[in-house]
Amino acid sequence: MFDQTETSPRFYLTREYHPENGTLFGFWLYLMSDCLVFACLFAVYAVLGRNYAGGPSGSQIFELPLVAVNTSLLLLSSITYGFAMLEMQRNRLPATLAWLAVTGTLGAGFIGIELHEFAHLIQDGAGPQRSAFLSSFFTLVGTHGLHVSCGLVWLATLMVQSAKRGLSPENRRRLLCLSMFWHFLDVVWIGVFSFVYLMGVLP
Amino acid sequence: MPRQFELTRLLLGRLSWDAIPLHEPILVWTFVVVATGGAAVLAAITHYRGWGVLWRDWITSIDHKKIGIMYIVLGLVMLLRGFADALLMRAQQVFSFGHSLGFLPAHHYDQIFTAHGVIMIFFVAMPLVTGLMNFVVPLQIGARDVAFPFLNNFSFWMTTFGSGLVMMSLFVGEFARTGWLAYPPLSGIAFSPDVGVDYYIWSLQIAGVGTLLSGINLIATIVKMRAPGMTLMKMPVFTWTALCTNILIVAAFPVLTAVLALLSLDRYSGTHFFTNELGGNAMMYINLIWIWGHPEVYILILPAFGVFSEVVSTFCGKRLFGYASMVYATVVITILSYLVWLHHFFTMGSGASVNSFFGITTMIISIPTGAKMFNWLFTMYRGRIRFELPMMWTIGFMITFVIGGMTGVLLAVPPADFALHNSLFLVAHFHNVIIGGVLFGMLAGITYWFPKAFGYRLEPFWGKCSFWFWVSGFYFAFMPLYVLGLMGVTRRLSHFEDPSLRIWFGIAAFGAALIFLGILSFMVQLVVSFVRRDSLRDTTGDPWDGRTLEWSTSSPPPVYNFAFTPLVHDNDTWADMKMNGYVRPQHGFIPVHMPRNTGAGFVIAALSAVCAFGLIWHMWLVAAVACAAMLISVIVHTFDYDRDFHIPAEEVGRVEAMRTQLLAAAAHV
Repeated sequence: MFDQTETSPRFYLTREYHPENGTLFGFWLYLMSDCLVFACLFAVYAVLGRNYAGGPSGSQIFELPLVAVNTSLLLLSSITYGFAMLEMQRNRLPATLAWLAVTGTLGAGFIGIELHEFAHLIQDGAGPQRSAFLSSFFTLVGTHGLHVSCGLVWLATLMVQSAKRGLSPENRRRLLCLSMFWHFLDVVWIGVFSFVYLMGVLP
Repeated sequence: MPRQFELTRLLLGRLSWDAIPLHEPILVWTFVVVATGGAAVLAAITHYRGWGVLWRDWITSIDHKKIGIMYIVLGLVMLLRGFADALLMRAQQVFSFGHSLGFLPAHHYDQIFTAHGVIMIFFVAMPLVTGLMNFVVPLQIGARDVAFPFLNNFSFWMTTFGSGLVMMSLFVGEFARTGWLAYPPLSGIAFSPDVGVDYYIWSLQIAGVGTLLSGINLIATIVKMRAPGMTLMKMPVFTWTALCTNILIVAAFPVLTAVLALLSLDRYSGTHFFTNELGGNAMMYINLIWIWGHPEVYILILPAFGVFSEVVSTFCGKRLFGYASMVYATVVITILSYLVWLHHFFTMGSGASVNSFFGITTMIISIPTGAKMFNWLFTMYRGRIRFELPMMWTIGFMITFVIGGMTGVLLAVPPADFALHNSLFLVAHFHNVIIGGVLFGMLAGITYWFPKAFGYRLEPFWGKCSFWFWVSGFYFAFMPLYVLGLMGVTRRLSHFEDPSLRIWFGIAAFGAALIFLGILSFMVQLVVSFVRRDSLRDTTGDPWDGRTLEWSTSSPPPVYNFAFTPLVHDNDTWADMKMNGYVRPQHGFIPVHMPRNTGAGFVIAALSAVCAFGLIWHMWLVAAVACAAMLISVIVHTFDYDRDFHIPAEEVGRVEAMRTQLLAAAAHV
């Protein structure tokens, strides 16, 4: 097997070499790139967020109690996703699926309230076309909402796949990726809540 | 009648027969030529029963080597289109003096200079760079493929369909008339109500997604899949530059995606990000697009630096001088490239201190770049230099790029920039660094790695013709533009009044003709080399006496790249192996684990192009259906768990035995 002499160093492996799977690292990189998209939208909001152009300001249109309910739904959904991951580690499929379903319901509630808020604003003449402030507000919050909606589709897909094929290594990896995605959106929302809503109601 | 009209509108949006430019003879003839050529290619594929092979071995291939080759083919094909635009502009500027208005109406001329810039950056330089990285990086680090082979195929098709949309704008509708970065408010709906800017936005969005994913893919590949023993500071320099370039891609392209999305919101839904009314701010766009745009030029040049480093050390037969300083210079350039974007618009009026900051950071970049120049020079010093074609390109680069770099430092001085902003001096500067840097680098790289990819060398005579035509053509074409720029001639003009300027445009047009001969010689070189491939055959896998791992395997490499994963002890691993008594293993082969081909990437990318076409022409139904189909095909693809297979040990043994015979025959001769 070894044609090489004892003195020369070995230049190759004679067994199969499997480098560590790069999916989680790659997904992390993707999240950072997505983070930059949000960074741009935050920057745009920072620049344009006070250009009311004679239209309403944040303190006139934001309903903090509603947004507080919304925020708690999303934060809770992050916790329940965490529970799902704990159950996955214990290899309990039904409990994992149940917690994922709870997460999905909370996420859907979040999206529902957000759509309600948007519809309300547009009805009152405070739509994204009214001013640069509202354009950047709708885009930042809407992009986050779009991400959560994609997350919901992904969640449903993974629930079907886990139910069909069990908690196989592939499915565990996928659930971990979605977990990172979901917590990432939570972190972004904390930024949105603080910088857009809380600071927006300041005079 | 109104109902039928409604239906047509729903299905076709604003697309009608008026969108086909039958009244423009230049476009009609171009279409005839393209259609005839296309039909001939399709007929040839059908005649030689190539469709099955094309689909199985290329379109659905997830082999990084094939994807790399396809990227480079895409880049070269688009180079022809981009260069045709350049010839049209050069000719127009010679003819259009005084009473003569030339042969291009202004609105056509404006599309041409926009398309030229967009195509050359996004669909020539980017595919060439990405293709080279795709082909070379896994081989240099001793890997079987990239980290995410399916994603790699998908990225390629996104780039290709993006370029397809730009090509389509030539014959269906029109392209943007805004310049290659589509500054608002000109690119806003008020001043560009037609489809041109929409073609621009969607082709770049689609290609941008591809580029971003391929960036993530290559970072994960380099970080996770290096052969055991290859620490970061033992990586070949090309791999280092690829790593930095891909970090730049991941850190820059999301900004492009975001800013183009905001522009499309302005155009499609009436928001006010960059408009003139209701609080919009156009300078926001210009800042954001250059936060992407400046790193972009380093995304292009860093891999070229990597190519030159490999070429210099191979053809001087010694280690690269100052490996560590080369790596640090690359990293410093990577970081600095984020701190200079404002030098593209010193004239914005952001004040003396801000302009000074960005002027100084810009000048600082010349320090690591200068360090690299000295490293290449000192590698050549007392080296046994072989003036093969890649080495000639390298020397051509070193001389040309230094001139371009120095005019860049001139432009970095804000007061000088106020005089030179938007002049032909700027145009000359960036062509000087992009042609002299990126393009020469890619041609050096293609010539250098061609035998690895195809198993035979490129014939040198026509390559040398190409080299001399390109280099002399470059100087004739762009030195006059420096002069004109210093005289105050601004860019993007289709007509001039002052006849004394004409001679300079004449010289520039002559230069463009020389470059045309350079491109022609390169194509002749490809054909001649293919015809004489038997006498140019590389049986050893190491035609240049190379120093890095890609030269340790056969040319072309087997699908699995390396029968056994290499163990790395030193920089220039292959040189180390050759020196220290490496013996090729001939038995004891093991099955190799490989990913399986899939057509999903092609299908999803094609659907995204259909969706984009629908959005461009306001065919809302088509766009919605294509978008839904895209989502569904992504989900369906994730239900496919059977994604890999093993190449049996006997098969590996058979392939390796063939190579043993080849090597023995070569040694015998």
